[in-house]
Amino acid sequence: MEGQSVEELLAKAELDEAEKLRRITVHKELELEFDLGNLLASDRNPPTGLRCAGPTLDAELRSLARDNMQLIINQLWQLPTERVEEALVARLLEPTTRLPPEKPVPRPRPLMCWQQFARLKGIRPKKKTNLVWDEVSGQWRRRWGYQRARDDTKEWLIEVPGGADPLEDQFTKRVQAKKERVAKNELIRLRNLARAHKTQLPNAAGLHPTEHQSKEELGRAMQVAKVSTASVGRFQERLPKAPHGAGKKRQFQPLFGDFAAEKKNQLELLRVMSSKKPQLDIIRATNKQLREEDQEEAAKRRKLSQKGKRKGGRQGPGSKRKGGPPNQGGKRKGGFGGQMSSGPPGLGGKRKGGRQHQGGKRRK
Amino acid sequence: MRPLTEEETRVVFEKLAKYIGENLQLLVDRPDGTYCFRLHSDLVYYVSEKIMKLAANISGDKLVSLGTCFGKFTKTHKFRLHVTALDYLAPYAKYKVWITPGAEQSFLYGNHVLKSGLGRTTENTSQHQGVVVYSMADIPLGFVVAAKSTQDCRKVDPMAIVVFLQADIGEYVRHEETLT
Repeated sequence: MEGQSVEELLAKAELDEAEKLRRITVHKELELEFDLGNLLASDRNPPTGLRCAGPTLDAELRSLARDNMQLIINQLWQLPTERVEEALVARLLEPTTRLPPEKPVPRPRPLMCWQQFARLKGIRPKKKTNLVWDEVSGQWRRRWGYQRARDDTKEWLIEVPGGADPLEDQFTKRVQAKKERVAKNELIRLRNLARAHKTQLPNAAGLHPTEHQSKEELGRAMQVAKVSTASVGRFQERLPKAPHGAGKKRQFQPLFGDFAAEKKNQLELLRVMSSKKPQLDIIRATNKQLREEDQEEAAKRRKLSQKGKRKGGRQGPGSKRKGGPPNQGGKRKGGFGGQMSSGPPGLGGKRKGGRQHQGGKRRK
Repeated sequence: MRPLTEEETRVVFEKLAKYIGENLQLLVDRPDGTYCFRLHSDLVYYVSEKIMKLAANISGDKLVSLGTCFGKFTKTHKFRLHVTALDYLAPYAKYKVWITPGAEQSFLYGNHVLKSGLGRTTENTSQHQGVVVYSMADIPLGFVVAAKSTQDCRKVDPMAIVVFLQADIGEYVRHEETLT
């Protein structure tokens, strides 16, 4: 008994071992190609098992996937491992397969004005040094930027140039000049951008800041500025010295014009207006039609009731109507034919709304 | 104060024609005198020529009203009819509606009229037609727009709205300050 059980145990243990080995060793005719950096394994074995699988295809695929996965894991276990915060981590190799780019390659941009010009003339950018010797501070300083070598803004003395007005403030003049240069640069940049994207800058009505602007140009610029509000200039105060009445002027008829002429124009207008009104006739026609149908049905019902036979409910009027699709007519009657008592006003309102539409539709 | 332009005249006439139709030419061309439409600070006035000549002597900002105000132009240039036009439009109204005394009270407070308050209507009223409301004693009470055509009116339940109020004479009391 014992011997048998021991033999059995040993046999079982052997079987288990074999089982485990079988699980972790996978036999493949062709070895897989591994790219552990991307956790990728390429299986080049011909999928004969899959082709003749048929109904068991799902199971076959699963087993194939399991086998390949097992091989990947085996490879991962062979990598150098390290311990990171109580977890055993394998250090992956560099990926070998090159993945395609996510976005398409950018188009070559059209050249800017200066770039074209430089290319034409053969001008190359001159390489300049980053640092410049600054006498004042006695150190090497940047050419431009923070703590630059020759900082214009830090100057405490500006000589009044020969021909300038002695009472003019040279400091503010310098600041203004800088602002203008920056604005000009910004305008050129936006213009280049607009040209590159083949769009147009929002037009300032053909108005550009120039050195000397004539009175008309200034007036026009002022008018444009006044009208560029959300209410189209309706609530803007008038400037005291602005020529008032600039901008588009509407012409009105004089207050005491020719009364006869006015009357004539108005009557003409009325005549023109009234001549374009055929739709009213259609409405009248449909109304007339409906009335006739109502009368017919009423007459029919009366005849039937005279014969002694009663028609259940009001099915008669629910039959087809000429003006609109049958189910619309049916819906109408179905809504109110059965119950004459009104439900809560809200419900009635909703139904009314629906019916209104249908009525309107039918009319048209 | 100025006369109406072509566009403005058209807008006003279209609105008036909704209520009085072709009878509008009786307003324009009157046998008993020349009447004209004038615009003063977005309000449209219907005024006889004599009175207008007198009103022309008053400066614009001091002039409050002249003749009868028919309505006003809104900021988006739509024309809104005021109840002050009722006296001129009621005699020429094409489509009329008579309401019961009970509904009359509610109407004068500014509510729409339900079918239960409807006494009589003219036949062939189409939907969204301009209508003048009368009391049972044939007194014009205001303007409305028909919510349903006469045919539909017959079939709706009694609590349905049959006309939408546009202007009523109760406004003389309610909106005393704004009417000119």
